[in-house]
Amino acid sequence: MNYMLSLLVFSPLVGILALSFLSWKNERAIKLAGLFGTLLPLILVLIAAAGFHSSVSGLQMTEQANWISYTLEGLNGSMQLKINYELGITGLSLVLLILTAVVSFLAALASWNMKNASKSFFIFFLILELGMLGVFASQNLFLFFIFFEITLIPMFFLIGRWGYADREKAAYSFLIYNGIGSAILLIVFVALFMKTGTLNYGELTKILASPDGAAVAGSTFRLSVLVSLLIAFGIKLPIFPLHTWMLRVHVQAPPSIVMLHSGILLKIGAYGLFTFGVGFFPEEFKKLGVLIAILGVINLLYGAFLAIVQTDLKKVLAYSSVSHMGIVLIGLAAMNEAGVKGAIFQLVSHGLISALLFFLIGVLYERSGSSDIQDFSGLAAAMPVTAGVLLAGGLASLGLPGMSGFISEFLAFIGLFQTMPIIAAIGALGIILTAVYILRAVLAVTFGPKKETHSAFKDLTVLEKVPAFVLLALVLLIGVYPEILSKSLTTVLDTILLGLRG
Amino acid sequence: MDLQTLTSMNWGIMAPEFTVLGTALLLSLLDLFMPRQKSRRILGILSAAGIVLASVFLFLQFSHEPASLFHDMYRLDSFSKAFKLILLLGTGLILILAYDYKMDREEEYRGEFYYLLLTALLGGLIMASSADMITLFIGLELLSLSSYVMAGLRKRDKESNEASFKYVVTGGISTAITLFGMSYIFGLTGETNLYTIGNALQDTSILQNQFLIAFAFFITFAGLTFKIASAPFHMWAPDVYQGSPLPVTAFLSVVSKTAGFALILRFFLLVFSSAPGIKGDPLLFQVQPYLAFLAGATMIAGNLAALRQRNIKRLFAYSSIAQAGYILVPFVSVSAMLFETTWFYLLAYLFMNIGAFAVIQEVTAHSKTHDISGFAGLYRRSPWLAIAMTIFILSLAGIPATAGFIGKFGIFMNALGASQGHYVLAGILVGTTVISYFYYFNIIGQMFFRPEHQEGRLLHKKGLLLVTAVCAAATVILGILPGTALHFFYEQFQLTDFFQTMEQK
Repeated sequence: MNYMLSLLVFSPLVGILALSFLSWKNERAIKLAGLFGTLLPLILVLIAAAGFHSSVSGLQMTEQANWISYTLEGLNGSMQLKINYELGITGLSLVLLILTAVVSFLAALASWNMKNASKSFFIFFLILELGMLGVFASQNLFLFFIFFEITLIPMFFLIGRWGYADREKAAYSFLIYNGIGSAILLIVFVALFMKTGTLNYGELTKILASPDGAAVAGSTFRLSVLVSLLIAFGIKLPIFPLHTWMLRVHVQAPPSIVMLHSGILLKIGAYGLFTFGVGFFPEEFKKLGVLIAILGVINLLYGAFLAIVQTDLKKVLAYSSVSHMGIVLIGLAAMNEAGVKGAIFQLVSHGLISALLFFLIGVLYERSGSSDIQDFSGLAAAMPVTAGVLLAGGLASLGLPGMSGFISEFLAFIGLFQTMPIIAAIGALGIILTAVYILRAVLAVTFGPKKETHSAFKDLTVLEKVPAFVLLALVLLIGVYPEILSKSLTTVLDTILLGLRG
Repeated sequence: MDLQTLTSMNWGIMAPEFTVLGTALLLSLLDLFMPRQKSRRILGILSAAGIVLASVFLFLQFSHEPASLFHDMYRLDSFSKAFKLILLLGTGLILILAYDYKMDREEEYRGEFYYLLLTALLGGLIMASSADMITLFIGLELLSLSSYVMAGLRKRDKESNEASFKYVVTGGISTAITLFGMSYIFGLTGETNLYTIGNALQDTSILQNQFLIAFAFFITFAGLTFKIASAPFHMWAPDVYQGSPLPVTAFLSVVSKTAGFALILRFFLLVFSSAPGIKGDPLLFQVQPYLAFLAGATMIAGNLAALRQRNIKRLFAYSSIAQAGYILVPFVSVSAMLFETTWFYLLAYLFMNIGAFAVIQEVTAHSKTHDISGFAGLYRRSPWLAIAMTIFILSLAGIPATAGFIGKFGIFMNALGASQGHYVLAGILVGTTVISYFYYFNIIGQMFFRPEHQEGRLLHKKGLLLVTAVCAAATVILGILPGTALHFFYEQFQLTDFFQTMEQK
């Protein structure tokens, strides 16, 4: 029995505990404690990664413990409904865990200059990280749901207390939309539990795929469960037209929290869709393939079109996130190796790129108190490093070869062209639009007439260079050497593709 | 019945009831002979001692074999023990609230509250233990009559008078309806004992009166919804909760409701479990759609009306209506997990609601207003109290890592695990839960996001803090380790004895 994963998931508690003993007056100590609170999971996840065997298929580092059990007194003896505490990781969850730990650490670093970041800010921050780590490490729907909801509450507070002018509205709309999503999830999970008697991912997959699985859960049941999952995770992802809450959050939440939100929380939607949708119901997912592909293309084009007309950098990026999540859907809909791989690459790649870009917006906002594109024209003269990193991030986002964005878009479209060429062709227009809105925004910021006010702006400080360069380096690394990611994903892809072929 | 048989009976199984009764009598005598101008708070300590003693007796009874008095008129079985535990625990916590409740000068010298609380509790205990329409009704009325008076305890207060009056009138009507329904059952079978009624209803000669049985079911059920404040008899709750002194509100929303659920479960499951329905299916299956409608209507009515409330007590009244709708779901779907999930939810509800009322009492005593703006900036004024209130509210809203979530999960398992899954009902349940986020999180928003209106720290009465701390700890522990409570339940209470009749020993 090893407790590596439990240690990892609950490691943010150390920081929370340390914070709760600190005096609220000692700002520096609080920030340090917050930072070290996120450093600990990062170290642990790297240790876990070192012990992970990427060539072995199936779950690793599994943990299991009895938790809750209901006894059913039936006419023919008693039966037990068990809910266990089950953790375990696959290559995919490991990658996402690393992403979570890295982005969290960098986001904590990015909060260093926040003036009103208090003790409770970091406590909520760490609870949020705990929830995110738990979501990716769970091997049980019940546990997944608990961690999923644990991310909800701190997010509500983080937006509602530390956000910008319209923060409360954003917090409530976040809460309600995601509340609806989790409500649907809860029904789905309980229904599955009652039909199959288990909540464990592996057992569920086995039961649903087995020959008598049809008797346990009929085809209408499966289809309605899948559609419900699509809606529930579609809110999280978000899928058009369920995206309005996410725009508000991206605009109103403090930058370091948006790094987490855009970088990781949105990925939970895709992860759920992949693990539960594709994993449990591959047949039905295939049937819905066209619908999902169309939804993906709509996301891609709609996000891109609206990103073109925005004047606020935050909004450009928010719509860009909508657009990029479309690529995840496109990749999943293709349901072949290239497509699914592209979708997963897109998760990681977008997580890193959007964290980087929102970090930079935070830097700019802190100096100027604005995020309007026009206020920054000619920034390259005053802040050459910032402008340079912004340009690089933008290029990565539009899918320049050699950066991570290229790999994922390329793979996702290859996948879709194989199965649905017409939809893929329409979707490919999105790539052009992406280039248009990214270049429009980034070039308007970097070049153009220089503003007087900029001379007072300081370029990135040493502390700020760390998140910027680390994220950019990771984006480049994946772009140049994608093998580093795909190595650990091979076995996951194999299992999924095996399920697809039936 | 001569004296000998009377003394030979096993009166020991009523030990908790006798303790509560004795304490109530003692207190009323003491109150009579105490000097007029002396604070009655000492009575509070005595009644707490009585409840502790009664709880000790109850714990001693846990290992007791199932037993009954007067041929199953009064039963000591797992069901009654499980519910009495909640009743005693709830009343004990509320007593501490009451001890710290700031009365007016005049009311400080009045001791009625304490022994009325005990007689109400006694009524609840009788309801949990009875399996006969007569004793059930006595328990019900004892609880109701005591509550009517308690609601109007602040006699100089207009709202309290209004509360008491409305409570008496609606309570009287619902009692009449209940009795009307019971009279049908008695008329059809000629019995008052629930077990013999249950058997008599299977008689073939009854079959021609199928419609009357269904009629009796609905009439009785409608009358009894008054006690649990669910549709159609729920509209008294907002006014009564608002006007009553706060500990009484807490009592009505937790203890009185629990006793009502105990009565409903016992009565309907025993009487109608094998009653024939109209043409074919058993009655309990046939009525499910209608009961589901009532439960759904209760959730919708409670949650929607709560959205518009500014008065915190009124808000909690609607919230407790909504909660009653949730707790009805297992009863509606009659699945194998009915008892444990209902019990667990009621236990969770006890901690989260009494805890919330403790915080409300503390906050309103300080802010002198019942408007939710009284909570503004509570986090800055008293962070621990705000955190505790957040825990209670998250639990009421059914957010994971709290007892309320596990309770709701259990309810879902009932709704979806029954032979025919109640998907619509489950859908209404989650839909209204999301609606409830609006008003629950509004309180949290007040506490954390708004600047405080008032200066100064809160009073922090010791008793209130104790209740708050106990409830908060229990809410979290039951949320993270629900296995402890469930294990305790399965260990102590073998509910298989619920349907077994017992010959008197």
